[in-house]
Amino acid sequence: MATIKRTVEVELSTTGLDAQGKPRRVPLVTDQSGNVMTMEAPPAIEPDLAGDHMLINIGPQHPATHGVLRLVLELDGETVVRCIPHVGYLHCGFEKIGEYRQYNQIVPWTDREDYLNSPGNNVAFALGAERLFGIEITPRCTVLRVMACELSRIMSHLVWLGTTCIDIGAFTPFLWAFYQREAIYKLLEDWVGARLTVTTTRVGGMAADVPDGWVDQLRHFTRTFPKTLSEIDRVVTRNGIWVGRTIGLGVMSADEAVNHGLTGPMLRASGVAYDVRKDFPYLDYETYDFDVPVGSNGDVYDRYLVRMEEMRQSIRILEQAITRLPDGPVNTDDHRVVLPPKSKATSDMESMIHHFKQVMEGPRPPIGECYVAVESPKGEKGYYMVSDGTSKPVRWRIRPPSFVNLSAIPKMVEGHLLSDVIAINASIDIVMGEIDR
Amino acid sequence: MSSPVPFKPVIAGSAASGPPAATPRNVPHRGGPANPSAEALRQHFGAAIKRVDVVWGETSVVVDRARLVDIVSWLSDDPAQRYDLLADVTAVEFRDTEQPIEVVWHLRSLPYRRFLRLKVMIERGQKLDVPSVWGIHKSADWMERECYDMFGITFAGHPDLRRILMWEQYREGFPLRKDFPLRGRFSRSEQLRQALAANPEARYSMDELTIAQAFEDLPEEMRRRLSTGERTGE
Repeated sequence: MATIKRTVEVELSTTGLDAQGKPRRVPLVTDQSGNVMTMEAPPAIEPDLAGDHMLINIGPQHPATHGVLRLVLELDGETVVRCIPHVGYLHCGFEKIGEYRQYNQIVPWTDREDYLNSPGNNVAFALGAERLFGIEITPRCTVLRVMACELSRIMSHLVWLGTTCIDIGAFTPFLWAFYQREAIYKLLEDWVGARLTVTTTRVGGMAADVPDGWVDQLRHFTRTFPKTLSEIDRVVTRNGIWVGRTIGLGVMSADEAVNHGLTGPMLRASGVAYDVRKDFPYLDYETYDFDVPVGSNGDVYDRYLVRMEEMRQSIRILEQAITRLPDGPVNTDDHRVVLPPKSKATSDMESMIHHFKQVMEGPRPPIGECYVAVESPKGEKGYYMVSDGTSKPVRWRIRPPSFVNLSAIPKMVEGHLLSDVIAINASIDIVMGEIDR
Repeated sequence: MSSPVPFKPVIAGSAASGPPAATPRNVPHRGGPANPSAEALRQHFGAAIKRVDVVWGETSVVVDRARLVDIVSWLSDDPAQRYDLLADVTAVEFRDTEQPIEVVWHLRSLPYRRFLRLKVMIERGQKLDVPSVWGIHKSADWMERECYDMFGITFAGHPDLRRILMWEQYREGFPLRKDFPLRGRFSRSEQLRQALAANPEARYSMDELTIAQAFEDLPEEMRRRLSTGERTGE
């Protein structure tokens, strides 16, 4: 295990670390003038430490595993020798169910896999289905989807930040983060009526246009949220305890990270600037001005920094999206996939046929397949859909980023202490709903 | 607002030449421009490349099962290809039972910003067995395990091919196969009874027991089965 020596300026008054990153030693026994008294150490008795390895089980019901993850650890003293993860406790066969549902009926299932990122999943699924149908979306819909994606990225990172702070021992940032997350939920509730499982998109458009005044609320959020972010930043980033508990843990080099299939902030913390929004753009992300934060050490601390910076960049994207939000229709006028207005269904023959066909049979894409990936807060989230010409996909595959990211945990925790396993596990940002599906 | 830790934004693929990335528009259903790697593969591997399709702008290359590892390895190592990220491993079974089962690998070349889909067709009646690419891409580990768990496709050369989402003692079959009913093979009450009786939390896999002292407490017969390399057991 390569040790990494880094110096982080510790601002808050903690006695944790000195400038070299080593634990600061404070003499316990001094005489009246303050000199350190030397004491003769008692003769050391070498304990017999060559014991058996211990098997310890964490989870599946354990708050620090962020869901129902189960880790079986082989310990030598307090050092992890081997880690065997077990997943699948939340498996409900989303992919199988998707094969029995029409495309618009699958959208609610995408809410429930990565439930911290529901709007982002909806957008990803809708983009995939639209590629499969070969339809274009309207300019207003494109910008609204960018807003949905970035709001859900902030939302997911806030939950990650709060829970990781709790894992490492800080409670206050959790409350601040969840307060802001609540503000985003309020925005989503105003938009579509739901908070957690929002189902914002439909194939070819959105569930609803944003209500009047919503954009002003969003603008208010983009102005107030950075204040909270900088508060968290001031409390956490240079905190001695935080730094001491995150630096040098779970290091993945750039080559290892790519080879293990890490994506998202995990990969970027290792120094690889792969962001689907930049490299394989969708929703016109190439026209937005934002930066991709990249770490250099690939440890837990860098992953934290990358996610913090990503939230700031999301705010930048949101501000640009607000200024460019065009007027116009939200749904396409392609009535193979989007229902005509209800008022026309009883007066116009063509519209009635469309209503009947879409409700009874469902839209049918041509035979084909596509893999559409978006940059979810966890990494590259891909939907691979195969159509055989019927109204239900023959295969709907979710490429879960946190599933692949978690598969590298045995490599990351080996050689670290048991207490560091919690920090490393938290840094992956797993959502078990997505892993088990 | 300034970030306390300065980040230098780097964009993957910006060093390599090529057109700037842009949101694809008006992608044709079939017959769009193929990924140049497909032509390179054809030149390099000849008959092992059976078919190249371009569907919705994505290039699928159907390859020979026996040469799969060579092809993935060449794609990953060749300086003009460098497909270094294995994005996904999965399989497709069609409703038409005459059609072959497809095993699908999604590869990304980060330096050249390319995306390639490799496929191996397994005809009906053939053994569901393909080579593992774990030796080249470690990310294949869990994705191949999931593919085995859901479809029953074995990956020759995978170091630890066992069920991942279903529990190890699951004997009902492979859920994503088309002959597996949506609601499972048993009634809801029977499924509930089995799920409660399985109690997977109380169980450690044989692999884990070997590192614990509990191994010594196992019955003689189970230890004998373990020593012959059996992975699961009751």
